[in-house]
Amino acid sequence: MIRRKHTVLPGFGLTLGYGLAYLSLVVLIPLSCLFLKTLSMSWASFWETITDPRIVASYKLTFGASLAAAVINAFFGFLVAWSLVRYRFPGKRIIDAMVDLPFALPTAVSGITLTTLYSENGWIGHSLEEWGIRVAFTRLGVVVALIFISLPFVVRTLQPALAEIEHEVEEAAASLGASRWQTFWKLLLPPLFPALLTGFSLAFARSLGEYGSVVFIAGNMPMRTEITPLLIITKLEQYDYAGATAIAVVMLVVSFAILFFINLLQWWQAHRWAH
Amino acid sequence: MNRIAGATRPAWAICILLIAAVSVRAPFCNGEKRSDGRRLADEARSEKSISIINVSYDATRKFYKEFNDAFARHWHHQTGQRVNILQSHGGSGAQARAVIAGLDPDVVTLVMAYDIDLIRERRALLPEGWQKRLPFNSSPYTSTIVFLVRKGNPKGITDWDDLVRPGIIVLTPNPKTSGGARWNYLAAWGYALTASGGDPEAAVDFISRLYRNVPVLDTSARASALNFVKRGLGDVLITWESEAFLVLEEFSGDSYEIVVPSISIIAEPPVALLDAVVDRRGTREVAQAYLEYLYGPTGQEIAARNHFRPRLAGVAERYAQTFRACRMMSIEEVCGSSREAQRIHFDEGAIFDRIYRPETADQSSRQFPREGTG
Repeated sequence: MIRRKHTVLPGFGLTLGYGLAYLSLVVLIPLSCLFLKTLSMSWASFWETITDPRIVASYKLTFGASLAAAVINAFFGFLVAWSLVRYRFPGKRIIDAMVDLPFALPTAVSGITLTTLYSENGWIGHSLEEWGIRVAFTRLGVVVALIFISLPFVVRTLQPALAEIEHEVEEAAASLGASRWQTFWKLLLPPLFPALLTGFSLAFARSLGEYGSVVFIAGNMPMRTEITPLLIITKLEQYDYAGATAIAVVMLVVSFAILFFINLLQWWQAHRWAH
Repeated sequence: MNRIAGATRPAWAICILLIAAVSVRAPFCNGEKRSDGRRLADEARSEKSISIINVSYDATRKFYKEFNDAFARHWHHQTGQRVNILQSHGGSGAQARAVIAGLDPDVVTLVMAYDIDLIRERRALLPEGWQKRLPFNSSPYTSTIVFLVRKGNPKGITDWDDLVRPGIIVLTPNPKTSGGARWNYLAAWGYALTASGGDPEAAVDFISRLYRNVPVLDTSARASALNFVKRGLGDVLITWESEAFLVLEEFSGDSYEIVVPSISIIAEPPVALLDAVVDRRGTREVAQAYLEYLYGPTGQEIAARNHFRPRLAGVAERYAQTFRACRMMSIEEVCGSSREAQRIHFDEGAIFDRIYRPETADQSSRQFPREGTG
């Protein structure tokens, strides 16, 4: 007989049960329907759909642009979070609130606004044009839109982690003769790394699925600036539900693999620093 | 291990119970939905008031707002009953998909007969031959495809041939994502066929050259219009006549000019009542009257005021100054039917997709030219 041991907190079974049911209803069941739908296709037509050159070109753009946007946001989002946590300056509260705006704005509004700003006759686009840089209706435009919509993830995950680091640590490091660079690199960054990675992966995941803002700025030219979500919509417009879900499944599997890998990285990192 | 296993057992039980509860409820829900439908029907049929749902596409927003008020007054006057019209707008394809997925409108007023054909095919809410039940292919109002150019027509654009000239920047949305833009494409196709004496090879070539001048494939007509008007992109916008008038109305009217090409297409957005829905809800009478009122003098007048070409001769005469005459081919002349149009031009791997095959597409010529587009 196994003697039932109780954890310190009561209600483990109850909460996990509700949690699992909730997760199943909200996430797992819809996603498994997606997989079921693709079963209506033969393997050959599934493979043909997901390896069509035009769709492969869109994977490259979607994953490439999302990765670029997440990397850029990891860096600049870090700077924003750093200055918001570390310094006191007038208007800090307002800037802090502004970080969330990309969340609140309907994505179509962001898309239209960014396109107007970055098109060759727009405010920013006009100046960039003189340098020979084109943003609107190019792949660069896709990256710009993705940076905009995914910035809050990095800032908001880093802020609490940054706030937790105590000043004494830095003072101790300085008094022991560490250079500023050493302090940052060896003392500040390691505990921040998990949060940074979480922010990065959230920004990346959000960018993969973004449709509303990107379609306005991308130009949507086949083989060059079509994102995968657009091709899914195009398939739906042709009432090709199976084809649309086939592409969605590819996105889902690859995204899951990438996010799982990032989680592994985080776990490995946590273990390394624990010892 | 054992401890965890012991503790998770109730967790699994609760999880499975909850999911089972939800899924077992599902069949009952259907039953309830049926009685819900009966309740709706009772409500809809009540003496004092009745409600109908009209699922339409984006460009009719203003028109139906005005028309619904007029019809409600008319119906109240006729029968003493108040009619409440619930109006829904969206992309034509998305709206048709919503109906296929289970939305039950009394009437649909979409952009192309193919959208309603698909509703019939997938859900059988209306009989075959629905398009013959009302006059003029069930399209009470029409429009045509025109060009919008900048004031003074600086590039001298007068007809379709000018649109394929190298260096001309043309804006038109992607016909695969914008329902209305399928008519833009078909107008060009009709012209190309006529100009080449019915040679489809030559027409494909013309269409390829035309879309090579399109630097941005927007997903909707509104997005293309925004690029043309707000951002000063492009020399010419291919658009529905009704939308062109809206642009003149909304943005300062003297910055743009409408150019009517020598040959265009008559765009016929169809209307239909969904028999299965109106019979269940008991709204057939009012839904039928609603659609017929579109053909009457009041409906036609409101359509004309909202820039759709009226069918009724009397109203058309009054607006002869506004809607310039041009040769308008029918979709039957251009490619048989809207279903054929879909199959030949817009389906996966059909002519429109072939334009953009990597081996046929000329990448460099689709860039924006470096100077002067505004």
